[in-house]
Amino acid sequence: MTTTTATAPLINKRAVIDWLGIAPFAIFALMFLIVPTLYLVTGAFLTPEGTFTFKNLADLFTPTILSAYWISIRVSVASSLGGALIGFFLAWAIVLGGVPNWIRSGLLTFSGVASNFAGVPLAFAFLSTLGRTGLVTVFLRDWFGFNLYGTGFNLLSFFGLTITYMYFQIPLMVLILTPALDGLKKEWREAAEILGASTWQYWRMVALPILWPSLLGTTLLLFANAFGAIATAYALTGSSLNIVPILLYAQIRGDVLHNPNLGYALALGMIVITGISNILYIWLRMRAERWQK
Amino acid sequence: MKAQRLGAWIAIAIGASYFIIPLLGTLEFSLRMRRGAYSFDAYESVFADLQFRETFGYSMLMAVLTIAFGMLLVVPTAYWVRLRLPQVRPIVEFVTLLPLVIPAIVIVFGYLRLYNSSSILPLTGSTSGTNALLMFSYMTLSLPYMYRAVDTAMRAIDVRTLTEAAESLGAKWPTILFRCIFPNVMSGVLSGAFITFAIVMGEFTMAALLNRPAFGPYLQLVGANKAYEPSALAVIAFAITWLSMGLIQLVSRFQKSASPKA
Repeated sequence: MTTTTATAPLINKRAVIDWLGIAPFAIFALMFLIVPTLYLVTGAFLTPEGTFTFKNLADLFTPTILSAYWISIRVSVASSLGGALIGFFLAWAIVLGGVPNWIRSGLLTFSGVASNFAGVPLAFAFLSTLGRTGLVTVFLRDWFGFNLYGTGFNLLSFFGLTITYMYFQIPLMVLILTPALDGLKKEWREAAEILGASTWQYWRMVALPILWPSLLGTTLLLFANAFGAIATAYALTGSSLNIVPILLYAQIRGDVLHNPNLGYALALGMIVITGISNILYIWLRMRAERWQK
Repeated sequence: MKAQRLGAWIAIAIGASYFIIPLLGTLEFSLRMRRGAYSFDAYESVFADLQFRETFGYSMLMAVLTIAFGMLLVVPTAYWVRLRLPQVRPIVEFVTLLPLVIPAIVIVFGYLRLYNSSSILPLTGSTSGTNALLMFSYMTLSLPYMYRAVDTAMRAIDVRTLTEAAESLGAKWPTILFRCIFPNVMSGVLSGAFITFAIVMGEFTMAALLNRPAFGPYLQLVGANKAYEPSALAVIAFAITWLSMGLIQLVSRFQKSASPKA
């Protein structure tokens, strides 16, 4: 007892030094991450005069803003589901499909690059491929007499944006899912086969129940990834496609909603949507990791 | 088994064509500037543009500063958390992941309101202040990648033993940090640096809203006004990303082959 009291001040001094060590990080995180976000979150509940209100959140339910959220959610859902599906098959092909090893390492390296190749240049790439004079458009016209734009296709639309987003969604899915598929033990498959299971039964009753947290979790991550993206959409469509990040961009630039605090509410809505999908992703990943030991 | 292999090849073929055709399209389009013949005219036009050189140089400088200051923040923090404060690790890790959760446009919106010219800390009131704010915003964006890269490298070394060995040889903390810890986590520092480089070079939202002459907003401007130059720029941007990622692979491979001997 006496020794504890004697050394207590010393421990305290050490504890102070310990905490001082992460002070730069704490200050940085507060100044450039947490306080700016909280400022917007609190602003969403205030009138321009500074009194508490729910009006800003209620005003989000006006047709323009609702339609922006709706388009954003549709593009994000479509590109994350498409990306997840194709990414799953690619990951499956390189892990279990028996393709040569160089294809596996090649695809993984490429995925590392492509998942970071977003923003403005990605929009240029798709414009020069599927735009009105793009490679594929011209090729289809000259060789097959097929007018792509005659079918109502337009790159500057919901569908075009979805295809473009999938360019970074698919590689992200491949990168995250390949380790999960690597984690499927051969013994499980053999055990299932010995017990007389067909391939379909093995996937439905063994593999997919183990994989679904990874699959669903990664899909949610892709969703949040697409929902917050702006540069590609802005370079592709200008401000003609009314998605939430572009609306927020216009609001920051020139208060198009004529109410600064409504802009904060718009930002809060984005944080809530990406926040929920990320929290679910983290929770599902923890579940998935139980099988990867 | 045969059907499975066939399915795998079909998946690879579809995936590969989806990945490669847009790249071919961009390359082909960028060579089309001269009528009737392929040429490098679009690239010449891009490189001759003074604004290209200025914005490219500006973003390069920003990337270097972001990497330097980011590492000065991240490496000591990761070291300190491992050595002295293991109990706050989950919190620090959670904070470093926040930039992936909060969209960049929301973060910069907060900056613009919090650091405007009529606030206590009017960073956006002056050019140098705005430059600093842009650099801090890039540090925030790259925080998840830098922290993860450094922390992974630190897991491979015994921080405590290294520190105690250095201390018993009489090293002061700057020596421990810069001559003992930094060189040992160099692989993490380098991969964090390259990914930060790729992020900063292409970043659009932060620079556009803070009104700084960076490469990302320049790309957007060219895209809105010219026909062939954007594809040439996209090819250049893709080459930068490819180079950064290739260097990361090289560093990690080098590390793997070096570590058993060390």
